[in-house]
Amino acid sequence: MTRMITAPRRAGASAPLAAASMAAVGRTASLVLLALAVPTVALAGPGDLGGSEKQPVNVTAIAMFFAFVLGTLGITYWASKRTKSAADFYTAGGGITGFQNGLAIAGDYMSAATLLGLSSMVFATGFDGFIYTISFFVGWPIILFLLAERLRNLGRYTFADIASYRLDQSKVRTFAAMGSLTVVCFYLIVQMVGAGQLIKLLFGLDYAVAVIIVGVLMVVYVTFGGMIATTWVQIIKAVLLLGGGVLLCALALSKFGFSLEAMAAKAVSTHKAGVKIMGPGTLLADPVSAVSLSLGLVFGTAALPHILMRFFTVPNAKEARKSVFVASGFIGFFFLVVCILGLAAVSIVGADPQFFEGGKVGGKLLGGGNMPVMHLAKALGGDIFLGFLSAVAFATILAVVSGLALAGASAIAHDIYARVIRKGHATEAEEMRVSKLASLVLGVVAVILGIMFEKQNVAFLVGLTFGIAASANFPVLFLSMYWKGLTTRGALWGGIAGLVSAVTCVVLSKAVWVVVLNNPAPIFPYEHPALFSMTLAFLVTIVVSKLDGSETAKAERALFEDQYVRAQTGIGAASASNH
Amino acid sequence: MSDSATYERVRQNPKFHELVKKRTRLAVILSVIVLGAYYCFMMIVAFAPDVLRTPLSQGSNLTVGVPVGAAIIVVSWLLTGLYSHFANGEFEELNKDVVREVLE
Repeated sequence: MTRMITAPRRAGASAPLAAASMAAVGRTASLVLLALAVPTVALAGPGDLGGSEKQPVNVTAIAMFFAFVLGTLGITYWASKRTKSAADFYTAGGGITGFQNGLAIAGDYMSAATLLGLSSMVFATGFDGFIYTISFFVGWPIILFLLAERLRNLGRYTFADIASYRLDQSKVRTFAAMGSLTVVCFYLIVQMVGAGQLIKLLFGLDYAVAVIIVGVLMVVYVTFGGMIATTWVQIIKAVLLLGGGVLLCALALSKFGFSLEAMAAKAVSTHKAGVKIMGPGTLLADPVSAVSLSLGLVFGTAALPHILMRFFTVPNAKEARKSVFVASGFIGFFFLVVCILGLAAVSIVGADPQFFEGGKVGGKLLGGGNMPVMHLAKALGGDIFLGFLSAVAFATILAVVSGLALAGASAIAHDIYARVIRKGHATEAEEMRVSKLASLVLGVVAVILGIMFEKQNVAFLVGLTFGIAASANFPVLFLSMYWKGLTTRGALWGGIAGLVSAVTCVVLSKAVWVVVLNNPAPIFPYEHPALFSMTLAFLVTIVVSKLDGSETAKAERALFEDQYVRAQTGIGAASASNH
Repeated sequence: MSDSATYERVRQNPKFHELVKKRTRLAVILSVIVLGAYYCFMMIVAFAPDVLRTPLSQGSNLTVGVPVGAAIIVVSWLLTGLYSHFANGEFEELNKDVVREVLE
C-alpha cells in the first residue's frame, strides 16, 4: 500500500526540492549554531527561537516543575548533611558509583537542547540532523579510550590539577583556572538566556522571573549540597528525560504500527523536501566545516570543566571507565530516540495545521523552530504530557547550570584561592567558605548577565565556548598527560595561541562579524574554529616546549616518568575519602 | 619509602610494561576504528552522498544511510563495552598485581 502511494509522489517531488534545498541553505547558520549548543546548552539564542511570544501560564507544567524542585531541595537538604569536607563538596568525596556517575554524565550531555535542538534539526532537514547527532556522539568512546583513566588517576578536584601536575603551579594553574572560568561564564550566559526564553515560552513566566528562579535554585543546590546534590539533580533529570523521550517515542511509533518504514513513508509524503530528507543534504557538504565542527565538539566536550569534574567523583579508574560506558550507552540510546522523535514530528506535527501560525501547514511553527518535539508531545499526550516535558526541560537547564556553577566555584576556591594565592596553606574550612561565596557570586553574575543579554544574539558565545575549551584547555590537558616534553613555557604560549586564535576566528566568523557587527560577509568562512585554532595551539605548545632549554624545563620533563606511572596504575591517586 | 622510589620500583616491574603495552594497544586500535568509521562516514557524506541515499530495498523509504548511521553509534558504544571489559578485567588484575608487588 505504502509503496504504491509514495512512488508517484517521488516522481513529482523534483519541483519543490529546489525550493526546499534553498531554504535549507538559508537555515544553515542558525542550525549549525543551534547544533553546537546541543551538548549542554539550552538554546543557541533568542534569534533561534524565532521571536518567542510569552505564552499563557501553563499550570500543569508549573505544578510538575514545582514537584521536581521540592524533591531536589529535599535531596539538597540530605546532601548538605553529608557535605563536610572539601572533597565532599567538590567531588562528593569520590563516593559516587560508576553507574550513578554514568547517568550523571549522560544527564550533563542530554540537555533541553539535545531534545529540542537535534529533533528540530531532524524535523527541518531530515538525515542531516541525524549526521549531526552522530557527530555529537563519537567523542565519548574516544574520551574513554584516551582520557578517562588518566584523568581519574591524576586529578583531584579540577582540570587544573592535571594540567599543572608537574608544571609551574602558579602560572599554569592560574591559566587553566582562567580558561575554566571563561568557559563557565560564557556557558552560563548562554544557558541563562536560553532558560529565560524557553521558560517564557513554555511556562508563560516573565523572562526576568525565570532567570532569577534559575539563579536562586542553582546557588541553593551548589552552596548547600555541593557535588552530591548536583549529581543527584542530574541523575533524576536524566531519568525523567530518558523516560519522557522513550514514552513519547513509543506513542509516536504506535501511530504507525511500530513500523519505522511506515513512519518514514508518512514523513516523506509530508515534508516539503520529500524523499530527500532520507539522505544527506546540503548542510554538511563542505568537509572542512564538518571536520572542524566535529573536532570542536569532540575535544571541546573533553575539556569542558563541568564534564571533567565528573571524573573525580568516582573512587577509582575502574569506576571511571564504567561510568563512561554507562554514559555513552544512555547518550547513544537517547540520541537515536531523539532522531526518531524528529522523524515522528515531521510525520505528525508537520501535517497538523494547529501547530502552524495561521494554520498554514508548512509555514512558521508556533513558538519557533525549536518546538517540534513539544508540539509532538501535545499531539500525542495532550496538555499533561506537554506540561511534563516542559518541566523536564526546565529541570534540565537547572541541572546543567548547577554543574557549571560548581566547576566555576572550584576553579576560584581550589585553584586560585587555595593553591595560587594561599600557596596550599589555606585550611579546608577557609577553602570551603571561599567556594560557597564563589558560587553565590557566580549565581548573582549569571542572573545579571542573563538579564543584560536578553535581547542579544548570544549564539556566538557557543562557538566561543567550545573553541576556547578545545583550543586553550584541551591541548595543554592532553599534552600534559601524553607528552614528556611539555614545559611550563610551552603550555602557556600554546594555551594563549589557542585562546587568541579561537577568539579571533569566532569574531571574524558569520556569528559575530555578520550577525552582531553587521558586516556584509564573514572573513573567517567557517562556523567553528577548532580545526585551525586547536592545530595552532598544539603546534605552538610543541615548538615552544622543544625550544625551552631552561633548568626548570629539564626538571619538569624529568617529573614526567613518575606522573606516567601514576597515570597508568593509580598509585598515589586521590582516593575515596571520608566515606 | 618516598613516592619517587615507589614509582621507580614500578618501572622495574615487567608486569607494568606488559600492562601499559596491552592497554595502550587496545586503546589505540579501538580509537582508530571509531574515528576511522566516523570520518569515512563524513567523507561519504561529503563526496558520495548518493551511496547513503540508496533505498534499503526497492520502494522503501528508509535509506542505506539510516542503518549505517545507527550502526556507528551502536558499534562505537559496544567498543566502549569491549574496552571496559578488558581494562576492568584482565588489565585491572595485572594492575593490582603490580601495585601489590611494589607496595609489599
